[in-house]
Amino acid sequence: MSRALHDVATGTLFGVALNYQGLLKQRLAEFEQPPYQKPPLKPVLFIKTPNTRNQHDAEVVHPGHGETLQPGPALGVVMGKSASRVSAAEALDYVAGYTVVNEFSLSEDSYYRPAVKAKCRDGFCAIGPELVPSAQVADPHGLAITLYVNGEVRQQNSTANFVRNIPQLIAEISEFMTLHAGDVLITGTPEGRVDVLPGDRVEVAISGLGRLVNTIVAEETGAGS
Amino acid sequence: MKHARIRFAGQDHAVTVEAHNAVRLADGRLLTEDQVQWLPPATGSMFALGLNYADHAAELAFKPPTEPLVFIKSPGTYTGHNQTTWRPDNVAYMHYECELVAVIGKAARNVKREDALGYLAGYTVCNDYAIRDYLENYYRPNLRVKNRDATTPVGPWIVDVADVPDPSNLKLRTWINGELRQEGSTQDMIFDIPYLIEYLSSFMTLQPGDMIATGTPEGLADVVPGDEVVVEVEGVGRLVNRIVSEAEFFASRKEA
Repeated sequence: MSRALHDVATGTLFGVALNYQGLLKQRLAEFEQPPYQKPPLKPVLFIKTPNTRNQHDAEVVHPGHGETLQPGPALGVVMGKSASRVSAAEALDYVAGYTVVNEFSLSEDSYYRPAVKAKCRDGFCAIGPELVPSAQVADPHGLAITLYVNGEVRQQNSTANFVRNIPQLIAEISEFMTLHAGDVLITGTPEGRVDVLPGDRVEVAISGLGRLVNTIVAEETGAGS
Repeated sequence: MKHARIRFAGQDHAVTVEAHNAVRLADGRLLTEDQVQWLPPATGSMFALGLNYADHAAELAFKPPTEPLVFIKSPGTYTGHNQTTWRPDNVAYMHYECELVAVIGKAARNVKREDALGYLAGYTVCNDYAIRDYLENYYRPNLRVKNRDATTPVGPWIVDVADVPDPSNLKLRTWINGELRQEGSTQDMIFDIPYLIEYLSSFMTLQPGDMIATGTPEGLADVVPGDEVVVEVEGVGRLVNRIVSEAEFFASRKEA
């Protein structure tokens, strides 16, 4: 993590699920059925606890035990000022800048219950390599986002395909909870998540923001510390 | 011993709590309960349990879970003892939840239940308010129900582990405007604190200051602006909160 990113992005990591149109459309028929009953009305949010924080060039531990580990390429929005009840029109004034996030998760079959066990493992949220100030990002809704595994393109999408754009997310979320300076909004992972294994080199590239690299390692056998 | 965090004359202090809830500052000054602003006694992540009392699960028409149902709260939703919480306009049902909270004292990873209490800083109380109108079936209970600004009173203090010899046999009670509305016992918990520490630490590292809010028994009711809501866990603490309207809450925050 660059010094600037490390200094600024110190708050809570809030994730948004189902924020790519392709992903949401894939599941809409299922979302009419139990237990969902109807598609989500409001942003589907989750929290990545502080133990999930990880950095560029660091390792991510595959939990083994037959679990499936999946990278979650995402655009990270770093808040520069605390935003409570801000309108979409003024929302981007509260943003310090953007960064690349790899929001790792065990595979998710269901969105019904909070995915703590899948998403809150140590090191499951890599952020970096740096914070790019808002002024240097002309349009955060026109960025190519690409996942490479061992140099091969495995997921490709664009932030143009968000269900809700960044101002809409900030407006709807800040209606009921403050997004504090230093909080990071993880704006969603596109459809087509892939499985990765120990030894894999995983990279998320976002145009203009750089490339976040992590290596998957096996969990050490024996007792944990 | 009881440890708290308070704000006084514009500064935050770590204090100990003495008779009649007077607080002792590090410099020896003693202040009364009403002289200080009570802050949440811990500010890590909160791991809150849903449906962790069999009677409450039945009340909500759910089968008791076979694995802990855990959701996460972030520090922006915490508020301290004697503070206010807002009821949003135009909702039909906002209810309190009186809960015993275990506070983590040192990093915990792969901890066995028989060792679990050694990882605690102590216990506190929370009122895990929910706005049921906003429930959706995605990551339920969702953040709009459970992670709203200043909608999780925590405190007033952390009481040492040694001062609570049997956390599995404590009465929980909630009063609205002095009237007893909720009564239960931690002995009816489905997953107890040692089990929850073993469960969570089996896949993640719990950090000092993290909290485990262990769920609430049956006896929920709607609260409205003007209500004084008191949640108490026997031998741990009595946490007071007042409900205000959305307009009053945001007007007072603007002034602050």
